[in-house]
Amino acid sequence: MEFLVASAIGIMTAAGLYLLLRLRTFPVIMGISLLTYAVNVFLFTSGRLTIGAPPVLRDDMTTYADPLPQALVLTAIVISFGMTAVVVMIGLGAFLGSDDDHVDDQPEQSGGPT
Amino acid sequence: MSLFFIVALPFLGALLPGIMNAAGRSAVAGVTFTVSLLAFVGLLTNLPSVLAGEVVMARVDWMPVLGLNFTLMLDGLGFFFALLILGIGLLIIAYARSYLSRDDNMGQFFTYLLLFQGAMVGIVLSDNILLLLIFWELTSLSSFLLIGYWKHLPEGRQGARMALTVTGMGGLAMIGGMLILGQIVGSYDLSVILQNRELIQADPMYVPALILILLGCFTKSAQFPFHFWLPHAMAAPTPVSAYLHSATMVKAGIFLMARMWPVLAGTPEWFIIVTSAGLITMVLGAVIALFKHDLKALLAFSTVSHLGLITMLLGTGTAFGAMAAMFHILNHATFKAALFMSAGIIDHEAHTRDIRRLGGLRRLMPVTFVIATLAALSMAGIPLLNGFLSKEMMLEETTHTVLFNTPWLVPALAVFGSLFSAAYCFRLISHVFFGPVRDDYPAKPHDPPAGLWLPPAFLVVLVVIIGVAPFVAEPFVKLVTASVLGGEAEVPKAYFKIWHGLVPALFMSIAATVGGIVLLLIFKPALRVWDAAPRPEAKVIFEAIIEAAATVSQKLVLPLHNGAFSRYAAIGSIAIIAAGFYAWATGTVGPTTRTLQAADPVAIAGWGMLVAATAGLVFLHRNRFLSLILIGIVGLMVSIGFVFFSAPDLAMTQFTVEVVTIILLLLALNFLPKHTPIESSVLRRVRDTSVAVAGGLAAFGMAYHFMLRDAVTTPISEFHLANSYKGGGGTNVVNVILVDFRGFDTYGEIIVLGIAALLIYALTEALLRGPVRARLLNRKPDQARAGDMHPMMMVVLTRVIMPVVLMVGFYIFLRGHNEPGGGFIAGLIVSIGVVMQYMASGFSWASARLKYPYHGVIGAGVLVAGLTGIGSWFVGKPFLTSDFTYVRIPPFHEFELATAALFDVGVFLAVVGAVMLSLESFSRLARRAHEPETEHPMDIDPSRETLPDEDGSTAKGAV
Repeated sequence: MEFLVASAIGIMTAAGLYLLLRLRTFPVIMGISLLTYAVNVFLFTSGRLTIGAPPVLRDDMTTYADPLPQALVLTAIVISFGMTAVVVMIGLGAFLGSDDDHVDDQPEQSGGPT
Repeated sequence: MSLFFIVALPFLGALLPGIMNAAGRSAVAGVTFTVSLLAFVGLLTNLPSVLAGEVVMARVDWMPVLGLNFTLMLDGLGFFFALLILGIGLLIIAYARSYLSRDDNMGQFFTYLLLFQGAMVGIVLSDNILLLLIFWELTSLSSFLLIGYWKHLPEGRQGARMALTVTGMGGLAMIGGMLILGQIVGSYDLSVILQNRELIQADPMYVPALILILLGCFTKSAQFPFHFWLPHAMAAPTPVSAYLHSATMVKAGIFLMARMWPVLAGTPEWFIIVTSAGLITMVLGAVIALFKHDLKALLAFSTVSHLGLITMLLGTGTAFGAMAAMFHILNHATFKAALFMSAGIIDHEAHTRDIRRLGGLRRLMPVTFVIATLAALSMAGIPLLNGFLSKEMMLEETTHTVLFNTPWLVPALAVFGSLFSAAYCFRLISHVFFGPVRDDYPAKPHDPPAGLWLPPAFLVVLVVIIGVAPFVAEPFVKLVTASVLGGEAEVPKAYFKIWHGLVPALFMSIAATVGGIVLLLIFKPALRVWDAAPRPEAKVIFEAIIEAAATVSQKLVLPLHNGAFSRYAAIGSIAIIAAGFYAWATGTVGPTTRTLQAADPVAIAGWGMLVAATAGLVFLHRNRFLSLILIGIVGLMVSIGFVFFSAPDLAMTQFTVEVVTIILLLLALNFLPKHTPIESSVLRRVRDTSVAVAGGLAAFGMAYHFMLRDAVTTPISEFHLANSYKGGGGTNVVNVILVDFRGFDTYGEIIVLGIAALLIYALTEALLRGPVRARLLNRKPDQARAGDMHPMMMVVLTRVIMPVVLMVGFYIFLRGHNEPGGGFIAGLIVSIGVVMQYMASGFSWASARLKYPYHGVIGAGVLVAGLTGIGSWFVGKPFLTSDFTYVRIPPFHEFELATAALFDVGVFLAVVGAVMLSLESFSRLARRAHEPETEHPMDIDPSRETLPDEDGSTAKGAV
């Protein structure tokens, strides 16, 4: 089970990094989203993997999954939505303004005074 | 009055003038004057204690761990400087009221002035050297604002920049020196440092600390070779020059040298550095001053020269030198401020400060003539005026000072400097006021109104009183000297008197005065020699250095930051991977303490889908719609994973966030190209792949190692599990952590979320107001339009679902404290319900029915959460302390009421507002683009009795 989760984190990280290094805004945003998943899951695993014991107190239970990483990741998920939305807006604004969705400065544009 | 008030008053008062501009110029000046007067009176209330030799202290611990405490101290030296700062400040405020013209923003000026005044008072009253450094930097900043006050003048801006650069660099050096000093002593409190002379001077770091601190003092007090900024700072309005650059700020460096005198002075290093820098500055300043034609430039260089004189006196390291220095600070402040104000009057009335265009003003401006002449004669060192007394003491001191084993060197240079000093004073008097009355002044000069001449006149009265009756000032100066010496040396017994007998100092003084008159007589040939002589221009050198530094930085920075963000991302990724690899290769990995859990088929199937979707995303990412679907699958699998691994709250959050994210990306994709072209070369793709694979392997390895080992210390999670019900009153530990244990974090997070949404809104507004708007309006959709934009089925379904969604949201919210759920999830669910209305019936239909703007919803959420937190203050608990109780209203079951639930309402509102504001902003772009205004919830509605033409137009628009 640990191997499955760790490899999923690794695969999402690799795919996220690859897309992050693309040249257009949309794949880069996809890459950031994948990295977000990977990081959130990684943070979540810092509580180690527990099956069938959610941290909701019950009289008949003594062990629970670690609640602290869950609480931290919960807000991280919501914040990452806000961050994705801002990045998408910036990318969209740049595209609408210049009709170009390249991530890098284009040579003909960077020729002017800096 | 408490010392805190004296320091705080100018800062608090600084708020007033800026906002009172509309109340009129006199009101603004009046309130500034009152604030300063209050601080001044407050200072005087401490006079009895200071006269009794006590040291008044006030202390509040600020950051005790860093040794940074808000400790104030008032002794003789601090009192003396505070008296100068506040007293002359009062005169300057009165003077500035008449000096500034109607076009000047007086509120702004007085705000800056009070800020400066507060910072200065802070310096002289600080007991903690870290606090002193903070005030020190504040004076640099506020003086920057004051020098550049006339923003339209390029000289003003350049002068302000130069002053800030030079004094700011000195301030940085001084921070280093002060920190070393604090390290040596083990305390940052001046009162402790000043007791440790032997310890400091024996330390090997004494010389570095000394040099760094002196750099700060020399830059601030315009000592050679940093003297050049002061004359350029004269572009400031004259009240600023009179206040900052003669009486107060430039004396801050001297103040610090005096303050540190007991521990730093008396060593050969101190003596050589300080005395020679002072001596050079004094002679150089005096010589340059003589040949300046601008009145203020002349006074600026004369200030440089006098500051050099005081520095030199402190450098000698003798008690008599320190006393002479203190006396000269007092005298210089009185006559120089009066002279600056007179120069301002002349500039104000004659519209020029050029000495070559003036002359004969004696008859036209008799009052100004008397004031300026008395002040200038005092500066020249003429008996019966105060300048004479301290100059005699200075000359007396030089005869006992031997620099570089040459007994005649210091006295000779002192006489030489005094000679030029006398010459420029005589030149000022004779070339401005004597001579024939001219008929080519730029304006007809006459004496100014009393508001302008009273302040300098007051100072000149002091000049004469001290000059005639020096015994008046003697006890006070000796008191100040005693606190400078700090018990390291006896206060000299010497009396202050005009006639000391036929001592060497008298002959030196006579020689300087006579020489000065002779020099004035041969001024014209001397000027020709001076003009012909080559000399370095400080401003040109300074600007060349700045230019060179800018060029070097550009050469360094531009190749690194070439605008290629994908390159930055690659470099950043590689650096992180390399750092992690280094840590792994050099560190040790603990033994495995946990066993692998067996994988069941369901988990393997989920893993398979996740991997397939991720791989598909990489290979098919050029088709952007497809990649949205694939990333949706990844998100779904992650949510299911959370369910599987006992995190129901996370799963619900991830799932709902997934929905809104996909909607958001769809809205964005509406405008973006639908395909990503192939651009990168094979080589580049190989490079990116290797970076990605390395990063993926690293992440895998780290996660895998992590999960098979227990934490090295006991996690704090047990505490939360144990106290969730007892302390927080909830059984869902995750929710209790969010709204209770770590409520402050959550509070910050909803604010961040709100700011992100507002940022998106602002960006949309900016886009819709700029040139993009026209393009959006003329844009042709690049996809086929749906024939039925608002289908009946969807409209009806979303209407039916809406109450259900709200109910579910409400239920999820309420159960959140004890079962999976809570404000975050409920907020997202309700947002989805509202978004569905937008999707079904269009933007304008839905937003026309919107009662509360989403900004308000965000604000209300943050406000509710914040007020809940503040509520605990009223019962004497810290911010966000929660409380709960159980109530029973028959016939219902007993239920719980918790303040945390109120906090969760805030979270809920902020999430709804932020999500909706973001999505709404995106769809606003779309609405402007091509959608017609919709007035009905759906395009085809059998129940509506439509007029044929109206229906037709809607149908046409929708195609």
